[in-house]
Amino acid sequence: MTEVFFFALAVFTVAAALLVVLARNIVHSAVALIFSFCGVAGIYVLLDAEFLAAVQVLIYVGGITILLLFAIMLTTRIASRAEVFNEQVWMSGLVTVGITAILVYASLAGIRVSGEAPAPSETTSALGRLLLTTHVLPFEVASVLLLAAMVGAIILARREGE
Amino acid sequence: MPHIQSGDLVARFYALFEGWGIPWIVPRLIVMLVVVSIIILFISVVAMFLIWWERKISAHIQARFGPMRVGGWHGWAQSIADGVKLLLKEDIIPTRADRPVFILAPMVVFAAALAAYVVIPFGPGLIVEDLNIGILYVIAISSLAVVGIIMAGWSSNNKYAALGALRSAAQAVSYEVPLVISLIGPVLLAGSLSTTKIVEAQRYLWFIVLQPLAFLTYFTCAVAETNRLPFDIPEAESELVAGFHVEYSGMRFAIFFLAEYANMFTVCAIATTVFLGGWRGPLLPPWLWFLLKTFFLLFVMMWLRWTLARVRVDQLMDVAWKVLLPLAFANLGITGLLVWAFS
Repeated sequence: MTEVFFFALAVFTVAAALLVVLARNIVHSAVALIFSFCGVAGIYVLLDAEFLAAVQVLIYVGGITILLLFAIMLTTRIASRAEVFNEQVWMSGLVTVGITAILVYASLAGIRVSGEAPAPSETTSALGRLLLTTHVLPFEVASVLLLAAMVGAIILARREGE
Repeated sequence: MPHIQSGDLVARFYALFEGWGIPWIVPRLIVMLVVVSIIILFISVVAMFLIWWERKISAHIQARFGPMRVGGWHGWAQSIADGVKLLLKEDIIPTRADRPVFILAPMVVFAAALAAYVVIPFGPGLIVEDLNIGILYVIAISSLAVVGIIMAGWSSNNKYAALGALRSAAQAVSYEVPLVISLIGPVLLAGSLSTTKIVEAQRYLWFIVLQPLAFLTYFTCAVAETNRLPFDIPEAESELVAGFHVEYSGMRFAIFFLAEYANMFTVCAIATTVFLGGWRGPLLPPWLWFLLKTFFLLFVMMWLRWTLARVRVDQLMDVAWKVLLPLAFANLGITGLLVWAFS
């Protein structure tokens, strides 16, 4: 049962991802990206990581893609241009092949899990506890980074206005 | 509403098909189809009733009668007549519109509205699926609707639609922050994100008594999230014609309309679940209590719409970031301290 859903989701996700790269219109790429993210969220659900799935939809679909669409809509010249050019096709292709090779090697070699403890039945509370105890430093570093990015964006926007 | 309550009927249904030697996917697909059909039917009936009710309330607030003729008694069949009219209309897609995105947009908005109904607890066991991340799921799914609105606004190739979509997205993203934070307070008290467990945690006391600030913040944000007056800048008829759905007509427009009322019901149902004790109440059956509380909140939303004026864009952003967000954070901090002190 799980395999059927996994393959359906995998095909859906990869097809949407291909559409992201192959679409000639950048808004179509952004819309396809949403479906790709939703497919990934579905795979998280299959892995019993419901919290991660919900956060995936909330952050990637509700946050990042909307920002992306916002940026595209506010720079109308990009949206109206029918063809999207990428002058570094070979470079990006090389990087993609490299990353894919590493990922395939990693999954074939098997990923070492640090602990032997069984997965908790309620991932949400376990994740919350870990984020605020063991992993509180990376958590705080990430939030400081985001804050810095936000302040930077405000300064950039201000300078342009004056 | 459907009740996939850990088994009985559904399990027997599955066993029946297994006995006939039919692959497992067939009965599951049938159950999914039945559940989805029931939800869509429920949404349609509720939306049609709400539209008629809103016209009646607006009319009475303005000292008129509203629809009186169709169907006889107080024009109860007005919405059905309107629905049939919309179904029969020509399906118009503007020539310069982006066809695939234009067609996809109402589907995305409606799918997001529909998916939220999975975790609404209409009564004990009367829930499609009691996810242990219930509240988070609703928040995540409702953010999908904004994507659909932007798609509609952009693909219409119309400046009013694009402006409406941009305003709508800016508003939804801003108000989502205090909305989510105001919900964390009750979640802390209940100790769970599951909607059923949150209702069970209010056995003795509704959370509106313990979290009045959170309720007010949530309800204000919910009104803004559903793009209704006094926060209806994205659809401001007098300046934007109708916002993101200007170019839509016929059935596609009806789907947007349906999704809007479905979303209204969802935000009020979540407010009922989290703050008003859900299905709990004396004498009457649980599902009736749930609907009564939800419809009371819906009435408050309509009441607000027809008595308040629209706020300006800058006031809108001020309210979200300078009033509601600090309030929500203060509520969260105080709740956290109290929960920590008493546990």
